[in-house]
Amino acid sequence: MIAVIWEVTSRLSVLPDFMFPRLTQVLETLFNGLVNGQFLAAIGKSMSRLLIGFAIAIVLGVIMGYLIWRYKLVEDTLGFLVTALQSIPSIVWFPLAIIWFGLNDFSILFIVTIGATWTMTVSATSGFRNVPTLYQRVAKTFGSTGLHFIRTVIMPASVPQLLSGLRIAWAFSWRALMAGELLGSGGGLGQLLETGRSLGQMDLVISVMIIIAVIGTIMDNVVFMRLERSVQKKWGLA
Amino acid sequence: MYVTIDGIEKSFVNERKEQVQVLDHIDIEMEKGSFVSIVGPSGCGKSTLLYMIAGLESADRGSIRIAGNEVKKPGPDRVVVFQEAGLFPWLTVLENVKYGLLLKKMPKQEAEAKAIDMLKMVHLSNYIHSYPHQLSGGMKQRVSIARALVMEPDILLMDEPFSALDEQTRMVLHKELIDIWKKTKVTIFFVTHNIREAVLLSEKVIVFGTRPGKVKDVIPVPTSTDGVLPDSVTLHTEQRILAILEKEIEKVLKEEMGDDYSFTTNHLHRNDSGDMGSHI
Repeated sequence: MIAVIWEVTSRLSVLPDFMFPRLTQVLETLFNGLVNGQFLAAIGKSMSRLLIGFAIAIVLGVIMGYLIWRYKLVEDTLGFLVTALQSIPSIVWFPLAIIWFGLNDFSILFIVTIGATWTMTVSATSGFRNVPTLYQRVAKTFGSTGLHFIRTVIMPASVPQLLSGLRIAWAFSWRALMAGELLGSGGGLGQLLETGRSLGQMDLVISVMIIIAVIGTIMDNVVFMRLERSVQKKWGLA
Repeated sequence: MYVTIDGIEKSFVNERKEQVQVLDHIDIEMEKGSFVSIVGPSGCGKSTLLYMIAGLESADRGSIRIAGNEVKKPGPDRVVVFQEAGLFPWLTVLENVKYGLLLKKMPKQEAEAKAIDMLKMVHLSNYIHSYPHQLSGGMKQRVSIARALVMEPDILLMDEPFSALDEQTRMVLHKELIDIWKKTKVTIFFVTHNIREAVLLSEKVIVFGTRPGKVKDVIPVPTSTDGVLPDSVTLHTEQRILAILEKEIEKVLKEEMGDDYSFTTNHLHRNDSGDMGSHI
């Protein structure tokens, strides 16, 4: 239905093709882009950045979350700072990143990481904080301490909260990535959008938008939803 | 004595920043292999004392020694069965029971065999691969008991383990606990607010007073119990304990509801709880 309306309005509209491309035109560009590897290369580039940044953010977030949960001093200092930093959209860091690291891959990686780190920290902290005292007591009476205690009780008990943190962190870093690539350089989907704009090729822009939407949906529905559902089923929360 | 609790004192600070004494000079001795219960009104510090034996809380003064060794931190020789089963929801029943064994560095296969044996003993061998949420309350508590017993602890600490269960389940578990106790000869320290439960199960009942918590009386239970039905001897013991506790209960109620409150047990109340049929 939407497709028909799009096709018809586009054909009838007074706007030139390059501003409001027809659906068929967009699909053609999309197909060609996929076939000649231009899109795939861009997707690969973007995803690799995203995955690296996201992974670093998760590790940092969990470690900081642990420290905030464990030590009162860290909670009063870093904990407060994190809440403040969380409210800064990560693209705001970009000018600073350009000055620090130059207009390169590393700058983009930096804002992708920073976009997800704070949210992950907040989720991890609250996840650890909500581990029931009962589980902790049980584990302690069995003689669990130190790393074993964290690995077998604290981490698994906060999995549901960590998962929802992961999901939000993913969304944040995805947005940061697009913004960073639009402004930055070195390939990727965002760069492709920028190319489309400067060449006046709205069919290219819309194709990239479709790809972004598809990847986002796949991640959300397939990866995160499935993870969450399996945890809910195992825990009997569903 | 196997377990010596010597002059334990403990205070907490309440919301109004006042020091509240919970335990006042507690002296208790327990023999190896005995089954001792503690009854007392709510807030008398009986659970706190149990956590101290477990090593989860520390005393302000006094010491707890087990076979001569002072209790300083939690350890697998003193395992607790809590009021709520506290099974880890991310592990299966079998994995829950194995948890402590693997911590003791027992080889995987040996741990698995032991855990399965223990689950058989609590009649749950059909559920070893289920997750805790798939079990009923009574089954969860059985797993929790199995998880504790499989560690072969020197002392089993039970903190109102059956109070969240329904009457029938509780009766069955009473019987099973007595069987297990006879079979394993484990020393059991049992905290409850249910006088009948204490009398039916244990060899010795320690009656706690409240505010601050202290030992009011120690009452031996004469019959060798099977943990199922009360007889005239246990009923008599129950009444003795209730008489001691009456004053304590009144004290608590007065504190909570004001000084004009008076609590006396009468026949209506007794018929409800204790001596059904004895006045016919």
